Amino acid sequence: MIKELFIILISSSLVSNVVLSQFLGLCPFLGVSKKNSTAAGMGTAVIFVITLASAVAGAIYKYILTPFDLTYLQTIVFILVIAALVQFVEMFLKKFMKALYQALGVYLPLITTNCAVLGVALTNVQKNYGILTGIVNGFATAVGFTVSIVILAGIREKMEYNDIPESFKGMPIVLVTAGLMAIAFCGFSGLL
Amino acid sequence: MKQNNISERLINGIIKENPTFVLMLGMCPTLAVTTSAVNGLGMGLTTMVVLALSNMFISLLRKIIPDKVRIPAFIVIIASFVTVVELLLKAFIPFLYDALGLYIPLIVVNCIILGRAEAYASKNDVVSSLFDGVGMGLGFTAALTIIGAVRELLGAGELFGFGVMPESYVPCSIFVLAPGAFFVLAALTAIQNKVKLAGEKKGRDMSKIQSGCNSDCMNCKETGCSKKFLDVSAGKEKDDLEVIEITDGDEFPEQAVEEKEEETND
Repeated sequence: MIKELFIILISSSLVSNVVLSQFLGLCPFLGVSKKNSTAAGMGTAVIFVITLASAVAGAIYKYILTPFDLTYLQTIVFILVIAALVQFVEMFLKKFMKALYQALGVYLPLITTNCAVLGVALTNVQKNYGILTGIVNGFATAVGFTVSIVILAGIREKMEYNDIPESFKGMPIVLVTAGLMAIAFCGFSGLL
Repeated sequence: MKQNNISERLINGIIKENPTFVLMLGMCPTLAVTTSAVNGLGMGLTTMVVLALSNMFISLLRKIIPDKVRIPAFIVIIASFVTVVELLLKAFIPFLYDALGLYIPLIVVNCIILGRAEAYASKNDVVSSLFDGVGMGLGFTAALTIIGAVRELLGAGELFGFGVMPESYVPCSIFVLAPGAFFVLAALTAIQNKVKLAGEKKGRDMSKIQSGCNSDCMNCKETGCSKKFLDVSAGKEKDDLEVIEITDGDEFPEQAVEEKEEETND
């Protein structure tokens, strides 16, 4: 069991990285990676939300959708539950944990319906993961997201001083960087 | 008059506001499924069906849905159509269902669909909205097919599954792998930048061309889906700890953390 979880941890965070090999959560990956500090904040918020969302989605799938034979409604249910959950978490943090809210709050509305969150919930179901395995998979996926967005932000900060061809300024050079990172991450496939 | 409006919507979606080449929306599926021209075509058509149907229904219901809960309502409508299309594909075109896999349910969070719902279908009549959806869908399909064809041609030396390159061509397989998607998109955005710069020099209005949504598919500007899931703040007083509201004018997310330094690379 422990070994299985460890393999999921490695494969979801590094080998099949959520951004660089599955292209989920690309918008925040490209949009919030201008500075290291914002990238780290976004990454933390994503870890928080995805882990929580995969726990809740897994529980709903197991205890509500499966017993009532409603599994075909999974897409509708998951997207609504995730969106409502994130909004609820935001309100909860605002009210009771102001320090954490100040650190993560601004990123929460951005992740409401990030495709990575829904993607993880659906993958968990597709691969028949239990609730615990699903949570581990969600956490690992989010860690993979954080690792890649922080690396990209670091590179982008350095790139500020580089001389880039006129038409490659802005998004194109970031995408080239992401492509090179994706090649590097291909190297992790030998891990398993 | 009616005829004009329909063709105007179609041309608008395919060329003037092409969701991929001009607006740069819905990049996640664009990169993920374009490993071949056929996959791109399939994904594009699937999205088009969902887009046209959801646009039509949202337009029909636009006077009934209360403003405060419109985003959740739109999402439910879109998700229902996605589920219908997913089940149909599973039953009748299983090879496409297998090829697209996870990305079919993820059409729900494709920003093109919610963007059109918010920006067009919720304000216009049923026929125009339907054809707006069809036009946008065709534009998306064309873009995905072209990107898929380029990647397939470079990466496998084939086009729609037929070998077209000469025998001596060695396929550059990185183009069908994940990194290739980023490189193709990088080239695409570079061309877009070039066109934009050239147009601005001639003094034309190029504000429509954007480099995609900056932070989250659901919160892109311009296309309209910049509201929170539920407008809880709409009727309530603002708290003292007000951070930011994602409104149309906000440059997200740099302002959010109050970093006032100017971005130099923009």
